[in-house]
Amino acid sequence: MAGYLFRRLVQSALILLGVSFITFVLLYVLPADPVRQIAGRSATAQTVENIRQQLGLDQPMLVQYWRYLTGLVQGDMGRSYLQKTEVSTLIAARLPASLLLMAGGIACELLIGLTLGVVAAVFRGRPLDQGLMVVSFVAVSAPQFVVGLLLLYVFAVQLGWFPIGGYGTAAHLVLPAVTLGIMGSGWYSRMMRSSMVEVLRQDYIRTARAKGLTRARILIRHALPNAILPIIAMIGIDIGIFMGGIVVVESVFGWPGIGQLAWQAIQRVDIPVIMGVTMVSAAAIVLGNLLADLITPLIDPRIKLR
Amino acid sequence: MSQSQTATAPSGATAPLLSVRDLTVSVRDRGVVRPLVAGLSFDLNAGETLAIAGESGSGKSITSLALMGLLPNNVSVTAGQALLEGTDLPQLPEAQMRRWRGARLAMIFQEPMTSLNPVHTIGSQMTEAIRAHEPVTAAAARAAAIEALRKVRIPEPDRRMKQYPHELSGGMRQRVMIAMALALRPALLIADEPTTALDVTVQREVLDLLRALQAETGTAIILITHDMGVVAESADRVVVMRQGRMIESAPVRDLFAAPQQDYTRKLLAAVPRLGAGAERAKPLPPAAPAPVARLVDARVHFDIGANFLGRPTHRVHAVEGVSFDIRPGETFGLVGESGCGKSTIAKALAGLVPHRGHVEVDGKALAGLTAQGKRDICRDIQMVFQDPMAALDPRMTVGEAVAEPLLIHGIGTAAERRARAAELFERVGLTPQQMTRYPHEFSGGQRQRICVARALSLKPKLIICDESVSALDVSVQAQVLDLLEELQQETGVSFLFISHDMAVVENVVDRLAVMYLGQIVEMGTRDQIFTNPQHGYTRRLLDAVPIPDPARQRPPQPQRSTEIPSPIWPIGSSPESVRLRDVGGGHLVAEEG
Repeated sequence: MAGYLFRRLVQSALILLGVSFITFVLLYVLPADPVRQIAGRSATAQTVENIRQQLGLDQPMLVQYWRYLTGLVQGDMGRSYLQKTEVSTLIAARLPASLLLMAGGIACELLIGLTLGVVAAVFRGRPLDQGLMVVSFVAVSAPQFVVGLLLLYVFAVQLGWFPIGGYGTAAHLVLPAVTLGIMGSGWYSRMMRSSMVEVLRQDYIRTARAKGLTRARILIRHALPNAILPIIAMIGIDIGIFMGGIVVVESVFGWPGIGQLAWQAIQRVDIPVIMGVTMVSAAAIVLGNLLADLITPLIDPRIKLR
Repeated sequence: MSQSQTATAPSGATAPLLSVRDLTVSVRDRGVVRPLVAGLSFDLNAGETLAIAGESGSGKSITSLALMGLLPNNVSVTAGQALLEGTDLPQLPEAQMRRWRGARLAMIFQEPMTSLNPVHTIGSQMTEAIRAHEPVTAAAARAAAIEALRKVRIPEPDRRMKQYPHELSGGMRQRVMIAMALALRPALLIADEPTTALDVTVQREVLDLLRALQAETGTAIILITHDMGVVAESADRVVVMRQGRMIESAPVRDLFAAPQQDYTRKLLAAVPRLGAGAERAKPLPPAAPAPVARLVDARVHFDIGANFLGRPTHRVHAVEGVSFDIRPGETFGLVGESGCGKSTIAKALAGLVPHRGHVEVDGKALAGLTAQGKRDICRDIQMVFQDPMAALDPRMTVGEAVAEPLLIHGIGTAAERRARAAELFERVGLTPQQMTRYPHEFSGGQRQRICVARALSLKPKLIICDESVSALDVSVQAQVLDLLEELQQETGVSFLFISHDMAVVENVVDRLAVMYLGQIVEMGTRDQIFTNPQHGYTRRLLDAVPIPDPARQRPPQPQRSTEIPSPIWPIGSSPESVRLRDVGGGHLVAEEG
């Protein structure tokens, strides 16, 4: 176990190293010039050159990267070009909001997706199943900004049940979390359905029935833990997809998370902030996957981590 | 439990425990109702064992599921009664039937490996069954479960309770299933092919155990099986079924001594019997200077586990120092129980797993071959597997499947390949018109013939038959075996015949090797092994084979106290190699320590 964890952490570090390099190169070859953004249109060539030297952007790419990397391992993510603040401070201020949104989104998609999937599997082949699968298809296909605006219009503007935007109370969280989770819930309902249908066909389910257990007990105790195993690995991967969703959802609802931060940084070619957000996201994805792999053996005794 | 009549009631004296009358079970498929079981009637007394025997599609399993109320959604009992102690089971509402299942009537299934839930401990699955029916505390249920495990002679029941199914062998798992089924002392136990998936020595133990428990508890047993040997050894009475109908019903001795129906006679005649092989003696192919295949001290190891740095910590010694050769035109048998390494040897011969030591095919060593050399070897060695449905691509016509090896090796034009495939179809007893069909349109026996045709397409020197007839019904099995023998006489092809079924092996092989834990413990001609088995393990194997003759009652086999040892060793150490000694005429026997 300790060996496994050690190797996985080394692996994770290597992945993050790769991500940092690729992102850095991509931002370097980008035709947009960050210095122009900082200096403004009216700046003289001399001013531009000064800023470039100040920021070290006149150095060869690999030298710049090395500087960034050595800073990063010491916990220094650089300073925002535009806000003149430490990137780590910026992210730290906004990360809790994003994590909260993400947790809400995951809770939403699992709650909706797994429930619908189980119901569809139990009623497989019947109209309820077919209806649910149509719903899940719509959920998968609907773009998040459309879903977000629709929910805003119905539940915030018309019904007034939830605030239109902002951050602070549990009521603020509901609509963004549902928006973020709805696409995933479509995915999960389909996966859960097929996984559950497969499990319900297994011999041990027949054994459970032959023992005279109730339907509910068979479903919850015997089918569910087996059906959920392949889903857990998916949740780890899902965090990556969520990072994309967060940018959209935070914009729609004015949620003060790192998605908005990233969006602003991209518009203004604020390279240290873009790098910072990318690294934090990548770390979240890597950790999410590691966590999913660590949870699996708790449910499935056949899996041993070595 | 309220069960009072534990003593064995003499047949006919009282009302039977179970009385099935004109039972009809039908499937509803796109509006069409088709009977799967029609007009089945039989009686069963307490303490009695009734075998329902038949080939696949006979409706024997559907009958048992109908009694348990476990039929699939689109299948239902459409007529007739099944009275258990006077209550008509199919008429019971589900809520009440659920309370009967597992308590009044219980069932064990064919596949012990998959019949227990992998994510729950043995203990939780057992106590759950008890507490579903009895209002007892967790501690009392636990005590009852341990007692039930002890009754099925599972060593260290306390420890087993905490284990998960994957930590137990197949035989142990089936014992757990039996313990679970009998924990509440049901009046009726339905055993659906309970030993089919088990090794023959384990089968023997499980059947002995069922009989002993029946004597103790007076439970009536319905034994569903395709194996007439098992029927002869375990049943009091037999119902023979075919295509959903009862063909014949008789006490077991009468049925075997004087079968009344043609079908029963055919079924009994097709059963491979130990001792029958000697009658079909054919001259042994001479030890040719150039064997088709030769293994010298072959070893196959698989590394498992991982230490802190991810390096393997243990090694499975699947095959350990095996040497034999296969002569041109002979059938060489490999027998042994699951995990003994016989299939791994087949894979090594076909170049599918890396090996150490020397393995040669047609004089060419397999080690260090180029990609081209490996492809050429494939032309000399072909395989026929156990499950023909899994071995044929469902989206490829069977004609394409048979011609494909020619295509891969770039032999002939498209027309020539088709012609060759057509010729092969006729040779294996099918028609060229069937070549455009898909695998699902054929029966199991026909599919296996197609696999044989495909194996023949490259005119190989050796065909490896890995349990090739094990999944087939006995009548079909006999036909496929005859086909293999004819093909050998015509083409002189050699067979490596791998099987767990000693009776089949005795009928087809010229020479054989008995494997145990990756090593050969005895090797010789068929006569040497079957008439004069020397090694203790060979004798155990032969003794365990059920004999399809109820007149020959055998005493229960002494229970094996321990499981087969593991072939897994820490890296750096390895099992001791057995030494083979010639006891005369090339009959090699391992020295027993």
